[in-house]
Amino acid sequence: MIVTPQTFQFDQPLPLQSGAVLPAYELKVETYGQLNADRSNAVLICHALNASHHVAGMHAGPDGQPLPKSEGWWHNMIGPGKPVDTNRFFVIGVNNLGSCFGSTGPTHTNPATGQPWGTDFPVVTVEDWVNAQARLLDAMGIDQLAAVMGGSLGGMQTLSWTLQYPERVRHAVVVASAPNLTAENIAFNEVARRAIVTDPDFHGGHYLRESTLPRRGLRIARMIGHITYLSDDVMNEKFGRKLAAARGSLTHKGADPVLGDSPLDRSAPFDVYRYSTQDVEFQIESYLRYQGDKFSEYFDANTYLLITRALDYFDPAREFDGNLSAALARAKAKFLLVSFTTDWRFSPARSREMVKALLDNGRDVSYAEIDAPHGHDAFLLDDARYHAAVRSYFQQTVAAELGGH
Amino acid sequence: MAESNVMHAIAALVPQGSRVLDLGCGDGAMLAHLQSVRGCTGYGVEIDDTKVQACLKRGVNVLQLNLEDGLTMFGDGSFDVVLQIDTLQHLRNAETMLRETARVGRSAIVAFPNFAHWPNRLAVMQGRMPVTKRLPYQWYDTPNIRVGTHADFEVLARSCGLAIEDSFGLQEGEVVRRWPNLLASTAVFRIRNG
Repeated sequence: MIVTPQTFQFDQPLPLQSGAVLPAYELKVETYGQLNADRSNAVLICHALNASHHVAGMHAGPDGQPLPKSEGWWHNMIGPGKPVDTNRFFVIGVNNLGSCFGSTGPTHTNPATGQPWGTDFPVVTVEDWVNAQARLLDAMGIDQLAAVMGGSLGGMQTLSWTLQYPERVRHAVVVASAPNLTAENIAFNEVARRAIVTDPDFHGGHYLRESTLPRRGLRIARMIGHITYLSDDVMNEKFGRKLAAARGSLTHKGADPVLGDSPLDRSAPFDVYRYSTQDVEFQIESYLRYQGDKFSEYFDANTYLLITRALDYFDPAREFDGNLSAALARAKAKFLLVSFTTDWRFSPARSREMVKALLDNGRDVSYAEIDAPHGHDAFLLDDARYHAAVRSYFQQTVAAELGGH
Repeated sequence: MAESNVMHAIAALVPQGSRVLDLGCGDGAMLAHLQSVRGCTGYGVEIDDTKVQACLKRGVNVLQLNLEDGLTMFGDGSFDVVLQIDTLQHLRNAETMLRETARVGRSAIVAFPNFAHWPNRLAVMQGRMPVTKRLPYQWYDTPNIRVGTHADFEVLARSCGLAIEDSFGLQEGEVVRRWPNLLASTAVFRIRNG
């Protein structure tokens, strides 16, 4: 399935929760499947921290052939014959405002200055994103969604959809999410943000004007984030205390212990500590450094600040004195919630809070608590029980209410 | 309790249009039946992955929760009827769960295998644990962590301050009102907070 992103232009200013106004903006969008005649089969997918509108399918290279490794971030979940079956549903992926994957964000030009927005890009919230997504649906001529679905921060947008536009959502699928972040969770975000902001290359957020990038900060932000997405078990299974094959830098004393073809290498066998405080010694270090390096090459630092802040701010119960049941009284959708037992960043207890609030309001809700070892990352991985639950929900419950088939 | 006549006998106790919580709902057959035949709404609670999946396939609301963690998720009197069908024998905290069941539901229906059914008594008199259609497990390989009798439950319900609105036995899908503790393999109670 080859997809091509589209750009939707919006000239009507978007009032933001902060009081600021985004004068004009564009949203990058991908769609999969066909919108049916009565426009009742649309499913909106909301993305999390570091993802985009490219949810499923593959992008084509110049030769029209699918580019290797260009699969969308939820390609195991969405596509023809997948749990969210694009033979049946019209699936929409949209990149959120403030992102760095094509929709208007800090790397774009601020019309007021002619310079990149940088840190002047207004703070956007989950609610703002949902408002922008709702305008996108208006532009597409879709009044009501068969379902909204998202994991993690995407699950927060999904929940917010049912509160901001209760009449426009028939089903909400909220995976590995929470009704707000705990103090510990905000703390992790704050460490990430401080790593970025204190990078000398950050330049108060206007690094693009200085033709530089705060890569060091981004790397560390990604490293700490990555730790929290995994579980202790899966990290131990994957890396344990194993020593890295390519320890140290290649220039370090000229030695490369990877290639065992030189008799000299016997002086630096794999299972011996090198007694270095700064070189890579353990495999987990090498893995985290690699993840950090990769991330800092494609992700925008201001976007990271904005999106982690949107996570922090989300708290629909806040205007109800912390009473989530009162906050969710507005919701009309039917819900499927999924959590993963080893997810300590968005733990099952947080999903159960949402389930309870929905029960208090007599809403239709199903909840699957998947015993998976992979921590928060599980929501993106293959798990037969998880995928079967989503598939059954879409087949039995979401599709059952589709008109005109 | 797979037999559909047993399911129907118990479903008949649930008033039309009730809001139902089915604790240990299994594959959701009872809930699906109550929804389609008696216009009920509600949720099942189930811990087993395969059974949760079966419920989702039927399109009934199912919550994957461990009943041993209690029913704190559910408000007082938030259901017309709470079902505890063949769940009691799997629960460590059966007494707490019984009180919680009565708290959450305006009424409750509890059904479980009656160990005092005469074939079981006969087996024990012969010095062996029974293996029957209703209790098909060997004593050393069973999901049931306890067995109890129709008469035992009456005592427990009263000690929990619960009113027994009705009780009877079920044998081969037929209601047994005469000597149910002896003549029925299943004990059924309808209770509410006294």
